[in-house]
Amino acid sequence: MNDFYAWVAIGLIILASTTGDVLLSYSMKRVGDVGELWQRRGLLAVIGRVLTTPTFALGVVGMAVAFYSLLFGLSWGNLSLVVPASASLTFVANAVAARVFLQERVGRRRWIAALLVAFGVVLMAI
Amino acid sequence: MTFRKYLVLAGITVFSTAGDSLLARGMKQLGSVSLHNLSGLLLAILNPWIAFGIFFLLAFFACYMSALSWADLTYVLPATSLGYVLVAFIAHFTFHERISTTRWLGISLIAAGVGFVAAGPSNTPRQMHQEPLEVLPEALSEEAER
Repeated sequence: MNDFYAWVAIGLIILASTTGDVLLSYSMKRVGDVGELWQRRGLLAVIGRVLTTPTFALGVVGMAVAFYSLLFGLSWGNLSLVVPASASLTFVANAVAARVFLQERVGRRRWIAALLVAFGVVLMAI
Repeated sequence: MTFRKYLVLAGITVFSTAGDSLLARGMKQLGSVSLHNLSGLLLAILNPWIAFGIFFLLAFFACYMSALSWADLTYVLPATSLGYVLVAFIAHFTFHERISTTRWLGISLIAAGVGFVAAGPSNTPRQMHQEPLEVLPEALSEEAER
């Protein structure tokens, strides 16, 4: 039963963190290069600009759900199951979501990188 | 990609690793949280390990947001995945855990993935970048001043 809860948590982590990552990435692309903005307008302007981007708040909600799912999962399953399983599947889910929703150019190089990392994470957990 | 940008990517790696490790340690201290006692999850923040973990995760979040403002999601995520390797090395050198052959294989795959993505372009060019909302006039006037 603990295993079942652990996998429920893993599923929640993947869904919530992919949604959160996509929304945050979208928001930050709208804000533009933070380093440049900081130099030109100061830190407060950067923070103000980020916080007033509506999708940013939604992204944070996604990350918060993922965070609490992780705490939930860690309390039921082993660190060595929950973290690698959710992390490696999140890499793949993110590559798909970034391509579909963010129109990022996910070329062969990035697919190979995502798959290598995902597979490597699994191997490290065995 | 400037040196400072690589530093931000390194910050993502180190802070998220430190944060996750501290959280894991704190949760082990608390033990299993039952479904009937979800308020236990909210109170978990009072545990010092978890509080420290959250502090590091906030630092991670700041670096992560900065990176996402100038690089693609599919670039940032693999490029910062060396954290898993970092954890293994910490376990090996400070706790003298043995690293098995499979783990070494995993480490090399992750390192190869990081190298693969880091050598490529960091950003997909798009219209959104060419016309940032109200910054443009100011940027133009700055250009004119030079």
